[in-house]
Amino acid sequence: MIQNLTARMRRFGLRLLSRPRLDLPLLLALVILACAGLATLYSAGGGNYSLVGGQAARFALGGVLLLVISRIPPPVLRSWTPWLYMGSTALLVVVAVLGEGRGAYRWLDLGVMRFQPSELLKLTMPMMVAWYLHPRQLPPSWKDIVVVGLLIAVPAGLIAEQPDLGTALLVAGAGAFALFLSGMAWWRIGLLVGGAAAAVPVAWQFLHEYQRNRVRTMLDPESDPLGNGWHIIQSKIAVGSGGVFGKGWQHGTQSRLDFLPEHTTDFIFAVFSEEFGLVGVIAIMLLYAFIIGRCLWIAMNARDTYSRLLAGAIGMSFFVYVAVNGGMVAGILPVVGVPMPLVSYGGTSAVSLLTGFGVLMSIHANRKLHD
Amino acid sequence: MSRRRASIKEVRGEVALFRRRAMTGFALILLGLAGVCVRYVYLQVLHHDEFVVRSDQNRVKPRAIPPARGLIYDRNGVLLADNVPAFRLEVTPEQVADMDRMLAELGEVVPLSDEDIASFRKQVKQSRRFEGVPLKLKLNEDEIGRFAVNRWRFPGVDVVPYLTRRYPMGAQMAHVIGYVSRIDAEDLEGMDEEEEASYKGTTHIGRIGIERYYEKLLHGEPGYELVEVNADGRTQAVLDTTPPTPGKNIYLSIDVRLQKAAEEAMNGRAGAAIAIDPRNGQVLAFASEPSFDPNLFVNGISSADYKALTTAPDKPLYNRALRGVYPPGSTVKPFLALGGLALGIRRPSDTVLSTGEFCIPGQSRCYRDDKRGGDGTVNLQRAIEKSTNTYFYRLALDMGIDRLSAWMSRFGFGQKTGIDLVGEVEGILPSREWKATRSKNGWYPGETIIAGIGQGYWAVTPLQLAHATATFAGRGIPYKPHFLLDTQDGVDSPRVRQSFPPTGPSLVKKAADWEAVDQGMIAVINGEGTGKGLGKGFPYVIAGKSGTAERFSRTTNAYNENKNTAYLASRHRALFIAYTPAEDPRIAVAVVLEAGAWGAKDSGPIARKILDQWVVDEGGARPEDPSPADIVTSDALPEAAPSGENPAQGAQPASPDDDSGEEQAQ
Repeated sequence: MIQNLTARMRRFGLRLLSRPRLDLPLLLALVILACAGLATLYSAGGGNYSLVGGQAARFALGGVLLLVISRIPPPVLRSWTPWLYMGSTALLVVVAVLGEGRGAYRWLDLGVMRFQPSELLKLTMPMMVAWYLHPRQLPPSWKDIVVVGLLIAVPAGLIAEQPDLGTALLVAGAGAFALFLSGMAWWRIGLLVGGAAAAVPVAWQFLHEYQRNRVRTMLDPESDPLGNGWHIIQSKIAVGSGGVFGKGWQHGTQSRLDFLPEHTTDFIFAVFSEEFGLVGVIAIMLLYAFIIGRCLWIAMNARDTYSRLLAGAIGMSFFVYVAVNGGMVAGILPVVGVPMPLVSYGGTSAVSLLTGFGVLMSIHANRKLHD
Repeated sequence: MSRRRASIKEVRGEVALFRRRAMTGFALILLGLAGVCVRYVYLQVLHHDEFVVRSDQNRVKPRAIPPARGLIYDRNGVLLADNVPAFRLEVTPEQVADMDRMLAELGEVVPLSDEDIASFRKQVKQSRRFEGVPLKLKLNEDEIGRFAVNRWRFPGVDVVPYLTRRYPMGAQMAHVIGYVSRIDAEDLEGMDEEEEASYKGTTHIGRIGIERYYEKLLHGEPGYELVEVNADGRTQAVLDTTPPTPGKNIYLSIDVRLQKAAEEAMNGRAGAAIAIDPRNGQVLAFASEPSFDPNLFVNGISSADYKALTTAPDKPLYNRALRGVYPPGSTVKPFLALGGLALGIRRPSDTVLSTGEFCIPGQSRCYRDDKRGGDGTVNLQRAIEKSTNTYFYRLALDMGIDRLSAWMSRFGFGQKTGIDLVGEVEGILPSREWKATRSKNGWYPGETIIAGIGQGYWAVTPLQLAHATATFAGRGIPYKPHFLLDTQDGVDSPRVRQSFPPTGPSLVKKAADWEAVDQGMIAVINGEGTGKGLGKGFPYVIAGKSGTAERFSRTTNAYNENKNTAYLASRHRALFIAYTPAEDPRIAVAVVLEAGAWGAKDSGPIARKILDQWVVDEGGARPEDPSPADIVTSDALPEAAPSGENPAQGAQPASPDDDSGEEQAQ
């Protein structure tokens, strides 16, 4: 009996090794990133264990979700897609209705936990666009582009209305990347981007006053040194004073002396830059680049259109996080609520990111075996 | 079908297209990430020196200075809530090597309760390791002394000065002033960013009473000091200070002498006594008995003290004046009488024959008078004087429930008075609409009849009763009852009077209507009425009305011959309303005793004692109280007495006992 069992276990282990369901390089990169994130959080939080413990617990939850979702084959995910998309959009409407009359309302209270429905769209949006484009003739026609545009605009508009510009940007970006990867003609892209650029002055009118102020402050932080500018000035001081090699772990003065606001969430990368310097910044940027590249590699080897577009879009939207947060911390982009992925403290974003990587693992497990 | 074939045909092309796109996309992404890195090179290499200088100069940071909380005075400037300096123990977790051992050793020097330690540990988890966390508040001198000697043994533990709140009047003002207590994470969660910022450095927040209602006035704005800190964040020097703006001082309309007189007159009996100036709605006394010491709550109440307060049978935390509801009984009769005149249903001279029993025409069901055999033929004045039920049964029936409740709601019954305290209840004004929300049965005429004598569904708070009395006494002009008299920016600034204009036009259409009811209420005390003798020796004419309401439904039709006072007190609620001087009222009083045999005999003297003190406060000599024997109440039998055998149609006395378990404090 026992011999039988060990033999079975050995066979099982061999099978895992010979054709792993999980992409080990990607998994390893994520683990390294999460560890760097926890170390930075420990320092930024002033040695507060409950902060680090809470984040580690969320990573664990995200990891479990990653494993579970990696077992779901892409065709199944595809068949669920329209329902997931409609469900998450419906939740956005619920939040919009519940939030009537309050300042900013993004949360849905489930009793046990609260979560932002907009977080779901980060995944369901590229899924929906990939689902729609999957059976169509690619590159997409104008008609398909218009439909995809609507699929993106409705939830993104609802999120921007909350108002949560950062998440709206991430959601719209994820959808747009799927469209881009589907081979939308360059002249069409040029036309749309040109049109969007022309629409900027119009969009400016629709922004909230505080959002406009953030843009203005970004352009000239010294104009408001005690208000919105304080974040940017202190963040730049933290980054700049880090130099090439940094001040060393737990030796960043900017966050320890409380000069840097939100130093565990949106501005944690300033703490990282201060303590690990340019060397650290470049190392982590290379790590992010590796993760994105690996995602695109998985996408190229995917079995069908749906999987290709979805994997590619998830990988590319990872870039939006890094670029927007990194740019914000360095004072070249306005302050919007986009976290540094797997480094910033905060539950829903860590969990939703790892869920997205679960989808990638599933696509990887069901890749083309020859070609 | 053709679409599918086409897509199969194109698959190879599509894969190639995707590859090209993915590679292009990745190249663009690498370019983007490189761009971000260039920015970091710009900051961290090219401008590194400049930012190092700025970072080093960043030894100066703003630190909040909490504002001093506004003080609370009575109308004559007697201090009711004070700020006193105190000391607390604070621990910086980073500097403590072994927390458990330190706490154990420190506990031998300064006694630490389990609660102190539990709340400390909770806060340590939520704060940063180099920030001080309070361990024990309000050290006494002995503790400070002992700690000072042993200080060297406890690195990271400091004694820190702060301001705490003290209520010199203790229990006497607790139900008005309320108290402040430690601010917690939940308080901050409910605030917006700006509000939260204004609580930086503040340790206490108003919980109930005036302290909570006027939190915004009392709190003030924090100031900032620019402090130079070393690399550990310890203050080296204070460079510049922007002083905080202290909270406004508040003067209440309360007169502590009157308040004290009210409390002493209640003599520990559960109930409430309220005095209001009918000319403006200022609350002069607001006593709810029994009371509690608010000082216990300020720096965290011990669980033993809290348990004692919450389990005490007479519920000292329960604000009866504001939240207790009682059937008003006969105290509503004058208001109803005025309604009869105002609506043109009665003239003052109209009479009713009281035989001792009143039956609805065409029904066998009958309702009793106070007195066996009745009061004979009574007009309006006599009906109020003798509290003749039959007169008001008849009046209520003629008015109908809709007009009755519409009229009574103008006196503020069945709604919040809007007084400046949190947690007021609405009570119940019987109406068709109210009953429809509770029961499928329609409205019965019998319910209108007993509503006429303040029984049945009726439930009023002592505050509502006082408010209605003051509204009547002020010749019908309604004012919102309030405590806030003046605010003041600082002790040397002038007091700024707060305006509370009338909330509506007068209820009295013709002065003669008011005079007629006023005469009835004068007769209650100065004629042959239920409160006879209560005005003896008083320099002004007092007008009033007693009320004795039953706590339980009656089960038999028999007159109760049991004259044992203790027995009756267990079954009755004693109410009394009064105002004086009757021709030009300047003070209105309502007294409610949860357990009292007779309205006039039990609550009347309490009202009288409050009025006596008022005379003294106005500069007069203290009037001599009538002796208990002078107060004739033999004819004031219990008033609610539906007879007949159908309890479903009878009185369902609102049962305040169900609600009295609610407590205000947490």
